[in-house]
Amino acid sequence: MSILVDRDTRVICQGITGKVGEFHTRGCLDYGTRMVGGVTPGKGGETVAGLPVFNTVAEARDATGANATMIFVPPAFAADAILEAVGAGIELVVAITEGIPVIDMARVLPVVRDSGSRLIGPNCPGVITPAECKIGIMPGYIHAPGHVGVMSRSGTLTYEAVWQLTQLGRGQSSCVGLGGDPLVGSSFIDILALFEADPDTHAILMMGEIGGSAEEEAADYVRQHVTKPVAAFIAGRTAPPGKRMGHAGAIISGGKGTAAAKLTALADAGIEIAESPADMGAALVRAIERRASARGR
Amino acid sequence: MKIHEYQAKDLLRAAGVPVLAGRVARTADEAAAAFTALGTPLCAVKAQIHAGGRGKGQVKGSGQRGVELARSADDARRIAAALLGGTLVTIQTGPAGQLVRQVFVESGCAIQRELYCAVLVDRRVGSPVLIASTAGGVNIEEVAERTPDLILSEPFDPDRGLAGWQARLLASKLDLPTASWRHAESFFRRLCAAFVDLDASLLEINPLVLTGEGTLVALDAKMTFDDNALFRHKEIAALRDEAEEEPAEIRAAAAGLSYVKLDGTIGCLVNGAGLAMSTMDLVKLHGGEPANFLDVGGGADVGQVTEAFRIILSDPNVKAILVNIFGGIMRCTTIATALVEASKTVGFTVPLVVRLEGTEVAEGKRILAESGTAIITADGLTDAAKKVVAAARSAV
Repeated sequence: MSILVDRDTRVICQGITGKVGEFHTRGCLDYGTRMVGGVTPGKGGETVAGLPVFNTVAEARDATGANATMIFVPPAFAADAILEAVGAGIELVVAITEGIPVIDMARVLPVVRDSGSRLIGPNCPGVITPAECKIGIMPGYIHAPGHVGVMSRSGTLTYEAVWQLTQLGRGQSSCVGLGGDPLVGSSFIDILALFEADPDTHAILMMGEIGGSAEEEAADYVRQHVTKPVAAFIAGRTAPPGKRMGHAGAIISGGKGTAAAKLTALADAGIEIAESPADMGAALVRAIERRASARGR
Repeated sequence: MKIHEYQAKDLLRAAGVPVLAGRVARTADEAAAAFTALGTPLCAVKAQIHAGGRGKGQVKGSGQRGVELARSADDARRIAAALLGGTLVTIQTGPAGQLVRQVFVESGCAIQRELYCAVLVDRRVGSPVLIASTAGGVNIEEVAERTPDLILSEPFDPDRGLAGWQARLLASKLDLPTASWRHAESFFRRLCAAFVDLDASLLEINPLVLTGEGTLVALDAKMTFDDNALFRHKEIAALRDEAEEEPAEIRAAAAGLSYVKLDGTIGCLVNGAGLAMSTMDLVKLHGGEPANFLDVGGGADVGQVTEAFRIILSDPNVKAILVNIFGGIMRCTTIATALVEASKTVGFTVPLVVRLEGTEVAEGKRILAESGTAIITADGLTDAAKKVVAAARSAV
């Protein structure tokens, strides 16, 4: 078991004829993902990485039975690409593209909400169920199959956490990059609900960062609905207010969205805190052990 | 991207949002001429800098306020002379303050009430939202903290815009006289439309004024834009005032890098925003102070990474550099090649600690080892942080 993706997930790549799209399609194929095709308007009939290219998502879906898509379309056209995938009834839409205007996403989100599709991202590394299916840009070899659910607003910080877990012998059920933009398709809460319901996920590690209040909302949700041990790290304790720290969503504005406020909310919800980014894997292990000793009593 | 008040007012005027007549001035004489040309008995002379809190801010040395009323052309000349070339310190500029290069001379109006309104994207709701409060002219963050029920909020769909009834609901809750409701409806709806049309990320009117005549007017205007949408607004991108920005940050942006200057001694070069922030936190945790945030991004090439090293090294405070790469899109080989390239063309004058992991890591390490470049290699985050903090200390 896992969440979102497994060995049966059939994946297409929107933007497959671009340099980055092709590179990562090959990476996913090498990992063992069932990549079944790609989409680039006007390039239907071509072949990339041994896969058929279609002009539209609907054609690709009909020809290949795809139920997931990985989007590498440039920012100006990415919102439209997401809507096309949703319109074609693709169940899982993973948008990797960074730099989509916020207003475009404000237009996309209500459409996604009213559909049967789930959107992950944009501006995210993707989703992986180790040894089964990788949809995205994460290096596959750092992962190992197991029982820790991982979710994060940052890409490379997730790799760091996953690598630590793997070194500690703690494999992952699934890892989900939520994305670093102010508006994203899935929140910590959405993924917490999936991990809580997944019998194969035994503990959850989350990485948040400054900006917004998604971590505080996640803390509330964990307190009320999550029975599994949870550990967390928040990036940006040293970030100055009013400055955008790389991610469009990572900004402390009007005194809101500080790391300190998030850490307090998470700790108050009983979540184990990693003080250092080098301590993320260890914090997850502490959260599991704390729960085990509480049960033993 | 930020712009000046006078530029925001120009954009609002064009969008049909009521603002007062005003002129920008770059010399004291221009300010006096602006007063005369406006032909009103009273004008406000306002310092134009990319920071708020100007009304309460003071010019270093003279104590001149950032905003002052003028009752004559000579008055306007005197105030402008005291502001122009001065360094204005406000709660938002920090103690260093900001140089005043221009002033905005704006007509006055009869003020009946001061309100607050702003348009921004509410992440929780997932849409733009118009917020308003009866507590105008004051620090809205304090209002939100102390009396959150004074803050009214109406989310709206970007394409449909703010509905007429939503504007009237706000007008009613703000206790505006019914005779002013049609003005409020027009003001709020046009403000929301401008926010969407211009791809703003914040449009703040503080204070929003109910005039003696019962109309609404934007007395101040603060506007910032979604950097990701500037590609489709060349006219807005042209409003950028680079004099207001950190030179190294402009240089980084031109190279497609995300850089924020800080005050410490340890330069950081990282891929990914989350990891870059975490690397700064880690440096601090081990007793060092980060000199910068620098995310080279996922798709950077050798040229961009070389420029990143140049930018870090151009900061005289930097005593050591920490390179922390976890390859995803970014391949370790790209970083390694750039590092070797930079050491040849730029020359590293400070110790360099490198930690590589992820895509093509073995090949990346091989490139570094074979190049003979003088670097300190690190295994893992803690090791890297300790080594770079030690290197910066011994360099002082």
